[in-house]
Amino acid sequence: MDYSQFWAMKQEMGVLIVFFLVFLYDTFMPKRTLKATACFTCITFLLFTVAGFFDFMTCRTYSAFSGMYVTSPVIVAIKNILNLGVFIVLVQSAKWANSDVMAIRRGEFYELLLITLFGMYLMISARHFLLFVIGLESASLPLAAMVAFDKNRYESHEAAIKYILTAVFSSAIFMMGLSFVYALSGSLYFSDIYASLSTTPSWLLVTALAFVIAGMGFKLSLVPFHLWTADVYQGAPTTVTSYLSVISKGAAAFALLVILVQAFGLFYSDIWEWMLYALIILTITIGNLFAIRQKNMKRFLAFSSISQAGYIMLGIVAMNATGMASLMYYILVYIFSNLAAFGVISAIENNTGLVNMNDYNGLYKTNPRLSFAMMLAMFSLAGIPPFAGFFSKFFIFTSAIQQGSIPIYILVLVALINTIVSLYYYLLVVKAMFINPDDCKIAPFKSAAPERLGLWLSVAGILFLGLASPVYNYILDIAQSSPLFSFIP
Amino acid sequence: MEIPMICYLLPALFMFCCGVYGFITRKNMIAMLISLELMLNGVDLNFVVFNRYLFPGSLDGMMFTLFAIAIAAAETALAIAIIINVFRIAKDIDVQDLTKMKF
Repeated sequence: MDYSQFWAMKQEMGVLIVFFLVFLYDTFMPKRTLKATACFTCITFLLFTVAGFFDFMTCRTYSAFSGMYVTSPVIVAIKNILNLGVFIVLVQSAKWANSDVMAIRRGEFYELLLITLFGMYLMISARHFLLFVIGLESASLPLAAMVAFDKNRYESHEAAIKYILTAVFSSAIFMMGLSFVYALSGSLYFSDIYASLSTTPSWLLVTALAFVIAGMGFKLSLVPFHLWTADVYQGAPTTVTSYLSVISKGAAAFALLVILVQAFGLFYSDIWEWMLYALIILTITIGNLFAIRQKNMKRFLAFSSISQAGYIMLGIVAMNATGMASLMYYILVYIFSNLAAFGVISAIENNTGLVNMNDYNGLYKTNPRLSFAMMLAMFSLAGIPPFAGFFSKFFIFTSAIQQGSIPIYILVLVALINTIVSLYYYLLVVKAMFINPDDCKIAPFKSAAPERLGLWLSVAGILFLGLASPVYNYILDIAQSSPLFSFIP
Repeated sequence: MEIPMICYLLPALFMFCCGVYGFITRKNMIAMLISLELMLNGVDLNFVVFNRYLFPGSLDGMMFTLFAIAIAAAETALAIAIIINVFRIAKDIDVQDLTKMKF
């Protein structure tokens, strides 16, 4: 075996090194220094993120392990985007990790988090379904343990059992689909599957694809498969919720794009365009309608993230390099906006324990900066022009329209109408903070330094991405030069 | 005498469907976990049979099965750990009682 192949997996190796450093620190350092585990993890991960950007300058397309693993500038770019998000999550988690209940377990939390990140990297880079499934499982199993991390809260355990049962159920369905694909093609390599499937689709292939998309739909919480989402988001510790809603979702969306294009690209217009079509309309509409009636902020953001997943899927239906670029851009923007919202929620929860929307009445009077950050996040999620969320929605609609067929126009129209619906419920939060008669349940407080840093980073991201167009152009350039779509006829 | 492939595929499919049915109808979490195992085993059987009958020259399906078994074991261990935690805090492992969060 040629060990130099491991050099191709620079990002994965980097995460593993961070993981081992955190593990060694947690195991061997004297007890009184363990309070600094959070800080140590943040710093090592920041170094890794910066190194990832340098790697991005020099990387090129490279495949290892006889084509099971592939890396290219696009893949390193999406990993770097995820890294940024994980860094903000780590910073925001510091206050929670240093609380007394977490005293003996804070190292474990970071180790689990880094291993799920490793699994997501494998998912993104895998070009063989065996490696993909391993990545998928190592991304979703430790997450169940993380959801159950608040040992003394009943909700945390209820959420964890719901999460683990649906996760296993979905992966069983996913693997059933894979076994049919294997029966039809005789290989698990994406490229072999692409080459060996005949161009006329059989019913077995339709079933197999339905199973594969359903399995991934559970991870992405698309609508018929979304029932776990709200409960898990509400029950999990807020840090874990924010991790689940941005990083896990972003990685799964990109991995689904890779699978559908590379393995099943031939059957785009015959089969999976229509499956995704139905899923998108259901996801966006039902996600939005259910979000309107939520009172708990975490449940509210859960349904909002369901409908955002629908918008992300539009980038996959577009099935071209522009679609991929706008998907990546959408994930980037979504990371910043959602983490800003979760940052405010967790700051308020950590300091006062309140999570309901009517607790936020008159927040502007007591905590003007937090409510300003929340307002920016809501505007960005709703897609109001000067902020980043508008451009990500704009680009993703444009890329979908490039397909040019009438049904796609209708799809984009439905999505556009839903943006207006979503504006209503995002503004409900803003209204609660600024306009509603205040009972000022939340007393003025000073949030901890790491929380403030996390919020500043996310708000800076929202404003910067909204104003700086080069970012999108840059992502578009990498996407267009990528080999991902090269063997599509 | 060679046993035809369908004699293996039908039991595999039957196991998978029983698993889905059990997962939906059973109320006890352990029973749900057993149903999940049935589903995963149905998948494993499918892979092995397809490999043996359709593509005897390669080992892709068998290797996948080996890994899938290991993954299933990890899943079960984790799920049981969580079920024990639920039992400690709720004194019950009936899913109908875990309805504090809904809608």
